[in-house]
Amino acid sequence: MYRYDDYDHQMLADRVAQFQDQTNRYTDGKLAEAEFLPLRLQNGLYIQRLAPMLRVAVPYGMLSSAQLRKMAFICNHYDKGYAHFTTRQNIQFNWPQLEEVPELLAHLAEVEMHAIQTSGNCIRNTTTDQFAGVAVDELEDSRPYCEIIRQWSTFHPEFAFLPRKFKIAVCGTADDQAATQVHDIGIYLVSGPDGEIGFRILAGGGLGRTPVIGKEIFDFVEKQHLLTALDAILRVYNREGRRDNKYKARIKILVKATGVEEFRNKVLKEWAQIKDSALTLTDDEIKRCKGFFTDPAYSELEDNPAEMTQQLGQDLLFANWHEQNVRPHKKSGYAIVTVCFKETGVAPGDVTDTQLEQLADLADEFSFGEVRVSHKQNVVLADVKQSELYSLWQKLKSGSMASQNLGLLTDVVCCPGGDFCALANAKSIPIAESIQRAFGDHEELKNIGEVNVNISGCMNACGHHHVGNIGILGVDKKGEEFYQVSLGGSSKNVASIGKIIGPSFAQEQIPEVIEKIIGVYKATREADEKFIDTYNRVGMGPFKEIVYAKAD
Amino acid sequence: MQKLIKNGSLADDNWTILKAASGPEVLKAVPRKNLIVPLQFWKSFQDDLLDHNGSIAIWLDSHEQAEQIGDDLKDMSLIALNFPVFSDGRSYSNARELRQRFEYKGEIRAIGDVLRDQLYYMSRCGFDSFDLRHDQDAQLCLEAFSDFKTAYQSSIAEPVPLFRRR
Repeated sequence: MYRYDDYDHQMLADRVAQFQDQTNRYTDGKLAEAEFLPLRLQNGLYIQRLAPMLRVAVPYGMLSSAQLRKMAFICNHYDKGYAHFTTRQNIQFNWPQLEEVPELLAHLAEVEMHAIQTSGNCIRNTTTDQFAGVAVDELEDSRPYCEIIRQWSTFHPEFAFLPRKFKIAVCGTADDQAATQVHDIGIYLVSGPDGEIGFRILAGGGLGRTPVIGKEIFDFVEKQHLLTALDAILRVYNREGRRDNKYKARIKILVKATGVEEFRNKVLKEWAQIKDSALTLTDDEIKRCKGFFTDPAYSELEDNPAEMTQQLGQDLLFANWHEQNVRPHKKSGYAIVTVCFKETGVAPGDVTDTQLEQLADLADEFSFGEVRVSHKQNVVLADVKQSELYSLWQKLKSGSMASQNLGLLTDVVCCPGGDFCALANAKSIPIAESIQRAFGDHEELKNIGEVNVNISGCMNACGHHHVGNIGILGVDKKGEEFYQVSLGGSSKNVASIGKIIGPSFAQEQIPEVIEKIIGVYKATREADEKFIDTYNRVGMGPFKEIVYAKAD
Repeated sequence: MQKLIKNGSLADDNWTILKAASGPEVLKAVPRKNLIVPLQFWKSFQDDLLDHNGSIAIWLDSHEQAEQIGDDLKDMSLIALNFPVFSDGRSYSNARELRQRFEYKGEIRAIGDVLRDQLYYMSRCGFDSFDLRHDQDAQLCLEAFSDFKTAYQSSIAEPVPLFRRR
């Protein structure tokens, strides 16, 4: 993974000192609340319902074991013993004290981490496929480009006060795991006309109040022009994005109002000014960044070693977990393991200090000392020997991290919701739990198969409900919490925004509603059809009819 | 007390900002003053401004763009860019465009809601003078320019991004 040099360290140290000074001036009453606000947001600090919330950046999801141990330390010393994996590959702490945050940031800096630009109207953490570099269907590892974008976007002087937040995702795999099309800018690595690899760039996607799938701005951009293209898009947005209404300030509204053609023309005009400037990437820089993401020292191994086959045959629970949580690896004899943090009764994405320590140890023992956070709030051990899967699984079990429901209906993606978040209209964690309780039987879950359930506690859509196969949105109706259910969303290659099924439901109705929806799916599916495919074939009608049928 | 920072130190302000656009008669109230006038005022009253006994510069609001000034830009010794509120980031793009696209070499002054914690980014986008908001401690604001020792991106002072210098 990327390693800081003296420049990176210096910038981070300067940032910590800067924020310490800003916090001091704020607590001394020399810096007004409204003027401190964007400064603390750009250091990841929200003031929440119960305490400040600090969102720590995990660049494109990569964490080393040393960083995991530091997270555990922070849980212990500055929080209540747990942290939360977010839907943008970051980590949140829900209980730090404002005065302690600069000190906490200094701790993060020791392990090359920070909370820079994890919030506020600026360019946020760049995200990618959690299987980058190990996936079998990868055109090229996206992480060097994520790192190049990270450096370009970090402290970019022109784009620190954008009309609204700005999120970029990069995808290098055939199967899009990064929800690329619902980002302000979505970047796909693609083969160009002469077979060389470059970028297809979309803009204007996003979730929130007005969910939109991104539109193609450039079908092919050569590698060296990546940053100048991004700079041009950002400049058009910075100048022309709406600033009079925060609900209409995202780039998706600008692209829609301007029209894709006209927007592209404006970008091209800006791009022409800078296309061959010093910002043009050099082969050396691309090579340098690629050098941080080379293959670890793999052993030469055979796929499906006899001992694993034997263990799979003997231990049904291991076989269940293996079936759901283990994916093929590009290197023979290795496997990609996803540790699912969706245990019933635990808030989705929550992780304890002990688990973080254990994950660090497991990463060191089984996966070259690294893990990745997925945007579905799970953690990936990307380089595990197939022959060691059984041993890994046993250790995960002892740490309550062997949930075998990855990708199944109970692998719910969920924001912190009204239990923690000041923005939320409704709670989301108890909804996730009620669904998990209603679907407790693993055989039945396997029978239902792949269904993404996404829950957001408000319109801001941190739980990405718009792109859940089943999406649940908390709404406030005259002071009471209700839940709107949508069907048919997807963040995959054929991305789609879910459609609302009808009038919203009370909290206690949700498990029954989900059971009815699943009932319709099971009754109408053909052969191995996934939920999303059945929905796309039969439409909303049959679901709506059953969900709202009057009881006799 | 001085509220102007120019090229990294405190400086006397020899300019007067004409705020709201009104008629040319306001010029009579400020004889012999060096004036920074709104873009529309400058466009509407060219003749009156020619008669004015003092230098003339233009200020652009955050929604206005440098290309609206046209060819006269090169003759201007100062362009001011307004921050109606410090969180309106459009003038950063205007400054960069003035320096890069129009290769403007004169003074670019930040006016309006100009605060200590934005000075560093402003300077990197090409601003070289800062008309601080009245409540800012100008002496303390001087420290802002050394908040960071280095940066990833190019800036007007350092036209080569870090990746070409590593």
